[in-house]
Amino acid sequence: MTDFSRMGVAAIRDGVAKGEFKAVEVAEALNTRVANAKALNAFIVETPETALEAAAAVDADRAAGKPLGKMAGVPIGMKDLFCTEGVQTTAASHILEGFVPTYESTVSANLWKAGAGMLGKLNLDQFAMGSSNETSYFGNVISPWRRNDGGNAALAPGGSSGGSSSAIAARLCPAATGTDTGGSIRQPAAFTGISGIKPTYGRCSRWGIVAFASSLDQAGPMARDVRDCAIMLEAMAGFDPKDSTSLDLPVPAWESGLNSDLKGKRIGIPREYRLDGIDEDIAAMWDNGIAWLKDAGADVVDISLPHTKYALPAYYIIAPAEASSNLARYDGVRFGLRDLPDGSGLQDMYAATRAAGFGAEVRRRIMIGTYVLSAGFYDAYYTQAQKVRALIARDFEQAWASCDLILAPTAPSAAFGLGEKTSDPLSMYLNDVFAVPASLAGLPAMSVPGGLSKDGLPLGLQIIGKALDEQAVLNAGLAIEERSGFTAEAGEWW
Amino acid sequence: MSEYRIQGNTGEWEVVIGLEVHAQVTSNAKLFSGASASYGGEPNSHVSLVDAAMPGMLPVPNRECLRQAVRTGMAINAQINRWSRFDRKNYFYADLPQGYQISQLYHPIVGEGEIEVTLNEKDPESPTKKIGIERIHVEQDAGKLMHDQHPTMSFVDLNRSGVALMEIVSRPDMSSPQEAGAYLKKLRSILRYVGSCDGNMEQGSMRADVNVSVRKPGGPLGTRTETKNVNSIRFMMQAIEYEAQRQVDLLESGGAVVQETRLFDPNKMETRSMRSKEDAHDYRYFPDPDLLPVELDDAFLEECKASLPELPDAKRKRYESMGLTAYNAAVLTAEAETAFWFEDLLSHGVDAKQGSNWLLSELFGALNKLGKSLDESPVNPAQAAELLGLVADGTISGSIAKQVFEIMLETGQGAAAIVEERGLKQTNDTGAIEAEIAKIMAANEDKVAEYRSGKDKLFGFFVGQTMKAMQGKANPQVINELLKKALDV
Repeated sequence: MTDFSRMGVAAIRDGVAKGEFKAVEVAEALNTRVANAKALNAFIVETPETALEAAAAVDADRAAGKPLGKMAGVPIGMKDLFCTEGVQTTAASHILEGFVPTYESTVSANLWKAGAGMLGKLNLDQFAMGSSNETSYFGNVISPWRRNDGGNAALAPGGSSGGSSSAIAARLCPAATGTDTGGSIRQPAAFTGISGIKPTYGRCSRWGIVAFASSLDQAGPMARDVRDCAIMLEAMAGFDPKDSTSLDLPVPAWESGLNSDLKGKRIGIPREYRLDGIDEDIAAMWDNGIAWLKDAGADVVDISLPHTKYALPAYYIIAPAEASSNLARYDGVRFGLRDLPDGSGLQDMYAATRAAGFGAEVRRRIMIGTYVLSAGFYDAYYTQAQKVRALIARDFEQAWASCDLILAPTAPSAAFGLGEKTSDPLSMYLNDVFAVPASLAGLPAMSVPGGLSKDGLPLGLQIIGKALDEQAVLNAGLAIEERSGFTAEAGEWW
Repeated sequence: MSEYRIQGNTGEWEVVIGLEVHAQVTSNAKLFSGASASYGGEPNSHVSLVDAAMPGMLPVPNRECLRQAVRTGMAINAQINRWSRFDRKNYFYADLPQGYQISQLYHPIVGEGEIEVTLNEKDPESPTKKIGIERIHVEQDAGKLMHDQHPTMSFVDLNRSGVALMEIVSRPDMSSPQEAGAYLKKLRSILRYVGSCDGNMEQGSMRADVNVSVRKPGGPLGTRTETKNVNSIRFMMQAIEYEAQRQVDLLESGGAVVQETRLFDPNKMETRSMRSKEDAHDYRYFPDPDLLPVELDDAFLEECKASLPELPDAKRKRYESMGLTAYNAAVLTAEAETAFWFEDLLSHGVDAKQGSNWLLSELFGALNKLGKSLDESPVNPAQAAELLGLVADGTISGSIAKQVFEIMLETGQGAAAIVEERGLKQTNDTGAIEAEIAKIMAANEDKVAEYRSGKDKLFGFFVGQTMKAMQGKANPQVINELLKKALDV
């Protein structure tokens, strides 16, 4: 019998299209895997019936000879930041616990239109704020990976799309949606040995995605290989008049454009990313990546992105500033949690509801954001951070004079253990150091597996491209994938 | 323009007034959602997911609202900013679902302009003054709290939430309640001409925040207070009067004016403290990251310009050049609806002078008696033109026209039909008129003698008598001619 858990998006889609198996069989198999993987805590809500209905519809379409969509018959996981009609959407928060939208996000609707089905809503860091999936109100997601030291310490799947990365690495689903504000697709992909791409800001509609930081939030696909990412991104992207920041451009045929021959491509290696005390495993993987891209025909050049060191501080001003305002709507008045102590008034209701409904990390960021926007501090923080952001974007613009793509590590380390960084938010934030610049500049960036650490944990290579040049990013990712020989898998301990 | 002074114990005080007017933009849909922006409706029946700030919802600007703001800016000769931006004004309140109002602090769509006002618009000799406009920006309105629906809870109606407002900010250029009143009237008139706001203050589609301070004439500016949401011109003038006097009393008794927000109570005719600067919100304004900057191109601006109607000042001058009195021209143009009604009347071939006199005396007099506005006039311009046409072509006399008009108002019948049915046509039958004249002269020999000995004024008596004898149906010109012939032997 076919092991559907080992099939990716393309394999399932093609198998269904050729009639090698029914979409319903795939959905059934993966529903079972999801149901049996509770130990990972990857899903907040499981929706096996929804997956089966979508699959049955695809099978019926095929039987009727109707054309099938780009993702026909592929069951996926949906990060619980996407509003899904009739299915609880929480952003992994208590304040939205029990909230059932009457509407469907544009990106998820696009996926259903393309024939994908939903296995369930995936766990994440609360309101996408976190790098380890430890801020979820519904508990930590546990990575399927373990160190090769014989211990069984639970590891972080990365964040904020930790449910997505964990579920894909554990082969509960071939692909899942992620969102990336400052690395939330790329870092979890790196931690779990899978691929994920954050497209250019504006490629995927933000309509119906619970907002974290509007000027940075961008949806993207996560999957086990580059081709699957290309297929799924095609299904997700597209102009949406309901999002003013959506790009009014046609969606390129990324899958059919895949080509790992990089002749003539110049790959920039940013010297500022080679931090003092860089992890040896990371440095070695990066060198391997350079060699693979050369092997694929690319020229490698040193470049400078001089303002890199200001990116993380700027990000941790801009993102919380926007979040503090975006999250003001969770006030207990119209939906979600309401905590109304006896005899209390409106202000008391706000205070009680928000204190009970938001976790510690969300409260911390709301306070940071409120502070940096306050009268007297605005110019020193927010205005300054916006200037840095413009300089970061200019750094990239200038770099494109001498290169077409940039190669760097995705994260400064392999996955860390749950609880190792929770007491020190700064060291947690530092995990985003390589991911944040591309977010601030709105550029497409992808993480692909680059090898294993000495502990036997996956490491990710990051490829950053010019705005709208997802194709070049995917192509370089494919070139690495073809050369890295990365076949490691998490053992099935759960 | 006006020398308004408050007499205090320590001498004269000058009042400094600036207004922030919130004008609801006339548009079908709200500023950032497709929900209806119309007034009324069952509570929460005009609310989209965006207006209710549901998770993941995003604003999309309604170009029509921006267009109306630009047209308004053009009408006050303001600078139009081709590049503007929306900012978020953050505060918590139950009528503000997003937890922020989308507004424009840093880069408003309309910059500096001005409005020329006159204290008495009906008096062409009345002095004029230019009031500076600092800016017009576009922002969302909030919802409405209802406190009388439940014993312990307040309800929220979001129908207004997200409706587009223009905030029109004046310079502190006004120095009396009358000037402020004249400014608000003129502004409302311009908005109605442009069609960007219905100016209906009772329904709240236009309201004013009134900044008032006092100072010794020519001295440095005093601390101001802001009286919020005043919703009639009369109330605003009362609020200024009260507030200025209060500040003078306070300062003269050794106190200090506190910079604060106040409310006007129209029942007690006083302002009351709402909150002081110390409890003032820190609104944490920052650019709304959900929205791109607003960039206006030439084609858009040209369309805005081309779609502007003739504005009141220009119209007044044109009416004067058509031979109307300065008074008539001023009154006809003060309100857009009057001018539009008048022009509708002219479009049916009515003479400008005849039409303006009739509109301002007969029609306004009748509406006044009926307690109706021009909008509600039982007679429309076409019907009025029919009546005035009968006078112009000599079918009926002016006095008969008044009777016919009364009948029109009562019955709704057309003028021609009334004249026909009731036999009110003017007669030119000289024989009949001459016969009546002969009778009247015979009965008033003494007056005939007086007239002939030089008392010219008696001519009017004879005209009146003849007209009466003819039951008003004689052509007055014919009467004049025949009388002259008979009397001036």
